[in-house]
Amino acid sequence: MHNPDRPVEVEVVERVEETPSIYTLHLRFTDPEVAASYRLLPGQYNMLYLFGVGEIPISIVSDPDFEGPLEHTIRSVGRVTRGMERLKVGDRMGLRGPYGRGWPLDEAEGRDVVIVTGGLGCAPVVSMIRYVLQRRERFGRLVILQGVKHTDDLIWRRQYERWQQMPDTQVLLAADVGGPNWPYSVGKVTVLFSQAGIDPDKSIVMLCGPEPMMKASIDRLLALNVPAESMWLSIERNMQCGIGHCGHCQVGPYFVCQDGPVFHYPELRPWLGVTGF
Amino acid sequence: MDSLGGLPFVGMETSASFLPRESLDTLLEAIRREGYSRVLGPVVRHGAITYTGITSSDDLPKGLRDRQAPGHYRLEPEEGERSFAWANGPQALKPLTFAPRETLWRCELDDNGRLSFLDSALTPTPTAVIGIRACDLAALKIQERHFLKPPYPDPHYAARRESLFLVAVHCSHPADTCFCASTGDGPRAEAGYDLAMSELDHGFVLVAGTDRGRAVLALLNLSPASPDECAQADDEIEAAASAQTRSLPDRNLKDALYARLEHPHWDQVGRRCLSCGNCTAVCPTCFCHAEQDEPALAGSSSEHLRQWDSCFTAVHSYMGHFLVREETRLRYRQWLTHKLASWHEQYGRSGCVGCGRCIAWCPVGIDITAEVSALLESGDAQS
Repeated sequence: MHNPDRPVEVEVVERVEETPSIYTLHLRFTDPEVAASYRLLPGQYNMLYLFGVGEIPISIVSDPDFEGPLEHTIRSVGRVTRGMERLKVGDRMGLRGPYGRGWPLDEAEGRDVVIVTGGLGCAPVVSMIRYVLQRRERFGRLVILQGVKHTDDLIWRRQYERWQQMPDTQVLLAADVGGPNWPYSVGKVTVLFSQAGIDPDKSIVMLCGPEPMMKASIDRLLALNVPAESMWLSIERNMQCGIGHCGHCQVGPYFVCQDGPVFHYPELRPWLGVTGF
Repeated sequence: MDSLGGLPFVGMETSASFLPRESLDTLLEAIRREGYSRVLGPVVRHGAITYTGITSSDDLPKGLRDRQAPGHYRLEPEEGERSFAWANGPQALKPLTFAPRETLWRCELDDNGRLSFLDSALTPTPTAVIGIRACDLAALKIQERHFLKPPYPDPHYAARRESLFLVAVHCSHPADTCFCASTGDGPRAEAGYDLAMSELDHGFVLVAGTDRGRAVLALLNLSPASPDECAQADDEIEAAASAQTRSLPDRNLKDALYARLEHPHWDQVGRRCLSCGNCTAVCPTCFCHAEQDEPALAGSSSEHLRQWDSCFTAVHSYMGHFLVREETRLRYRQWLTHKLASWHEQYGRSGCVGCGRCIAWCPVGIDITAEVSALLESGDAQS
């Protein structure tokens, strides 16, 4: 029986400093056979391992058809991520995955794709945005609604500005606290819905970010007649094994590491916003 | 794994054998001859029944019974010479299949900074366990569903499970904390054993559940059990079922508990609970574990381990910037609703086998059956 829990070696081939506490690592498999057999879906994640320190789940930002290195955007918050921050190009680490359920690509085809993100939770949806932009003719409008706490929290700022130039793509940004260099809206991400002109019958909504933000957004979208069945969300929990064994990531009947991290909203409806789950 | 599970001894005279008490060592010898070099049996250690290595039947308890109550476990003298006149101890089979601490893989760093990932060895000693209870076999089956489910069956669990030869002893002396009859998991061992025995005063009624079990029996050359012996064995199991005073009100409490997630009783039990995790350590189905890394001092290798964890610890729900379950009340609710409600959605049955260990080994005597009654008796009241 193959040990499903054992990583393979990867090499850091590029490191991008996104903000003082957020960095992106581009990782290449050192074994070409592993590289050739690796397949991912937008919304999935890998377990990344720092030698002697530990593993953490990190979303994959890369496009599934991109054959180059895998991109992971990481925020320094804990023991492992602070250690990984010090990795340089050429350093080796461990990787296993991809794990979990990604975004509903088939359901999204032909529809307007509305992305709602908040705080720093945008990494899981970046892969979906890139997926749509790479296959633009297969989707309707692309609407990106992003809320942040402070204006300096916005990573991907250049990227958002670039996406805004893409055909049939609308990018709306809001910050809780504005500032002199902030040309966008001020307030929660929910203030953007009225500007977005969402067609409730044609849209599929994908949300990622803090759960109170997602819950408030879902309530607002339901009020705009977007059906619950058209909404999907990616959530985060303590994930240590990634393969549904260790038990930390449970929400009600779900193992987020395998049944998620992307869920159909009707599945999570009984649990979302219930303290303790 | 085939099994004759659940059938009473009566009517099975042709396949049930009788092992006289004084010949118990020949069974141990036959098991060793079949390749199980390590034999574990019930042994009194630190005042409790524990599965420990035995060399002969002299190591087994004789004339001892366990008295269990909420927050209470004591061994007391019992009339007669029986070795299995007790309900259970703090361990089930869990530590033998899901090791409390186990290396999953090792990483080595060479002088050029290259990493190699190596599997840990999967060569558990073939081990026989004598005196397994029906509740523990039911729990084993539940943990198999968890650890061996596709697409990521766990090879460590599989190797340990495969190394075991299980001799069940039907329960004839339930403790006051037992409620396996209400969960449908005992006191008769239904399936999953290689051999099953009923202990009578003068010996054992014995059946095989697998080919491995039949191979051991074939070495013993035993006489068939008499109809009277079979009937007495059945009667004792029946009596063990009707002697149980605790119960859960239903085998599926999912809807009842989901309707009471905000019930005020969670606060009440949360104030008593110490959040110590004893219940999850003794529970034969709890599977939570933490993954951790231990670098060697030389700095060139590191082990990746898993170690039992508990949903009663703060770090269990640690998310970097917050805890999902900061309060004890929420941790108790997580444990109980997982065990009795969401487990049905995950594994098609409850996660409780009625062994009662969480009741006896709780330092403040929290009783899962009483907590469920308190939650259910006040209708579907929401706070």
